[in-house]
Amino acid sequence: MTSPVTSPPDTQADRVRAAATRIRRHALTMGEVQGQGYIGQALGAADVLAAFYAREGGELRLRPEDPEWDDRDRFLLSIGHYAIALYAALAEAGTIAVDELGTYGSDDSRLPMSGMASYTPGMEISGGSLGHGLGVACGMAMGLRHRGNSARVINLLSDGELDEGSTWEAALAGAHHELSNLVAVVDVNGLQADGPTPGVLRTEPVTDKWRAFGWHAVRVDGNDVDALLAGLDEIREHTAGPSVLICDTRTGRGVPFLETREKAHFMPVAEHEWAAARAALEEQQ
Amino acid sequence: MSTPTTKRLTTSAMIASFADPDQRTITAPFGHALNAVAEQRPEIVGLSADLAKYTDMHVFRDANPDRFFQMGMAEQAMLGAAAGMAEVGLVPFASTYSVFATRRAYDFLCLDIAEPGLNVNVVGALPGLTTGYGPSHQATEDLAILRGCPNLTIVDPCDAIDIEQAVPQLAAHAGPTYLRLLRGKVPAVLDEYGYTFELGKATELRGGRDVLFVSTGLMTMRALQAAARLEADRIDAAVLHVPTIKPLDTETILAQLRTDRLVVTCENHTVVGGLSEAVAAAAGYAGISTRIRTAALPDEFLAAGALPTLHDRYGLSTDALVEQVRTSL
Repeated sequence: MTSPVTSPPDTQADRVRAAATRIRRHALTMGEVQGQGYIGQALGAADVLAAFYAREGGELRLRPEDPEWDDRDRFLLSIGHYAIALYAALAEAGTIAVDELGTYGSDDSRLPMSGMASYTPGMEISGGSLGHGLGVACGMAMGLRHRGNSARVINLLSDGELDEGSTWEAALAGAHHELSNLVAVVDVNGLQADGPTPGVLRTEPVTDKWRAFGWHAVRVDGNDVDALLAGLDEIREHTAGPSVLICDTRTGRGVPFLETREKAHFMPVAEHEWAAARAALEEQQ
Repeated sequence: MSTPTTKRLTTSAMIASFADPDQRTITAPFGHALNAVAEQRPEIVGLSADLAKYTDMHVFRDANPDRFFQMGMAEQAMLGAAAGMAEVGLVPFASTYSVFATRRAYDFLCLDIAEPGLNVNVVGALPGLTTGYGPSHQATEDLAILRGCPNLTIVDPCDAIDIEQAVPQLAAHAGPTYLRLLRGKVPAVLDEYGYTFELGKATELRGGRDVLFVSTGLMTMRALQAAARLEADRIDAAVLHVPTIKPLDTETILAQLRTDRLVVTCENHTVVGGLSEAVAAAAGYAGISTRIRTAALPDEFLAAGALPTLHDRYGLSTDALVEQVRTSL
């Protein structure tokens, strides 16, 4: 996987946008390896992941070569099926090699289709059973604070996970224990396994719910890098308790013909479309 | 109208002691044992889901307020958070009732704690039939639920001695554990047998030529009482105590099963999926055809009522155990 020549980025946001494009490109390549994958979600979440993993100066405090470093910020992916996007972000961060992305989903690969902590450096938890991430994140945040470690804990969850009662149990705990080192990031793509979220189980008004649970809530366009970075800055300023960044994203973002395709949890991409998708992605730049 | 003078049994009580009248007991052995090991190990922390007071965790909470985390009536969040704490280097003990740890929060125990192999110690009170409160609180199938969970070590202690000795070993064990907690005034029995708890090991508490009780949990106390009673009938009964349900000490159990004695497995748990079936399976796989009888709870939702009444009705009382042996021999 080689990167085509692009003009040098000149602002922090430009650098994040360039990283988001690489994440999308990697995700498309991985999707083609398997002929499938949660490519719609990966394209939609690429800007959010780039904001965390590729921001200059480090939105996340990481040592890419030492994923077990005790002082690292923990980024918990509870939506295991988004692993395709996180692998691309971990490659962007330098934790795993870009060449390894080609093994995605293959037998004996360190990059299974659903994220698992024991397989992949930098994968903090095994996701997949939804509604687990925020509870574990609360425990990590409580434990780190107890130990006097100033690392932050970030949990990327989906709006579908707001259906799970355990998410709200954890939301109560995060506020009750005033976990200012805890950040939830909700990917609101409005899409669940059985269809659009409003028809599956209504979760709006999402922002009001988090605020009612005692969280500092900021809602941004999750595909607008400037807005994302501003939102992350605002969250960093808040130290009185946990914060949530609610990100409205569009599945398939960056590849117009996928972005407008009928929404499906498992977006079908025909064999001949992968190359066209990569070409369409580059045309957007 | 006369006032009844006979003492009425307390029925349907949530918290009831199964100790016999005048039996020697130790109060809150779990809480005190946790305090003792916590003095040596600063990484030990405690969590509870609004049941610290009823799981003897309050003893730890009061002695270590900065190391206790109240998670509210939210068992899923508690077990997830315990996993998170273990991920960052702490050694959590998380307590609630067994029914909630297993039925309600199993996915979190399984995937957050057991799958990564974390040193999280889940402490479940009111295991089996130790409350008269009815099926909502009677964890009659907790062992059946948990025995299928990989990585998990499961301990069903007999008494306060077992608990006091098990707690530091559970803390020292690198992987996840589940302790069937006996709380409040807990009988002290095993110190009369020169016994020492060893995680993963079954122990013969007394020998006997005619009957072999293979027992776990509080039923070991009943088996010892039954064995003493059977002496009057010139029936010589051995008691093999199996406090660790998983991994099962099959080597010791099978060595004892190669016998022509009557074998009676005893457990405070449904007959489905607990010690009885584990022993029977081990015997079957080893080609041992000894007939095995069992004293276990029936495969049904149990009644509410006073514990002595229920233990008699469902075959866990010493009387019921003695009667089963007499009719089986």
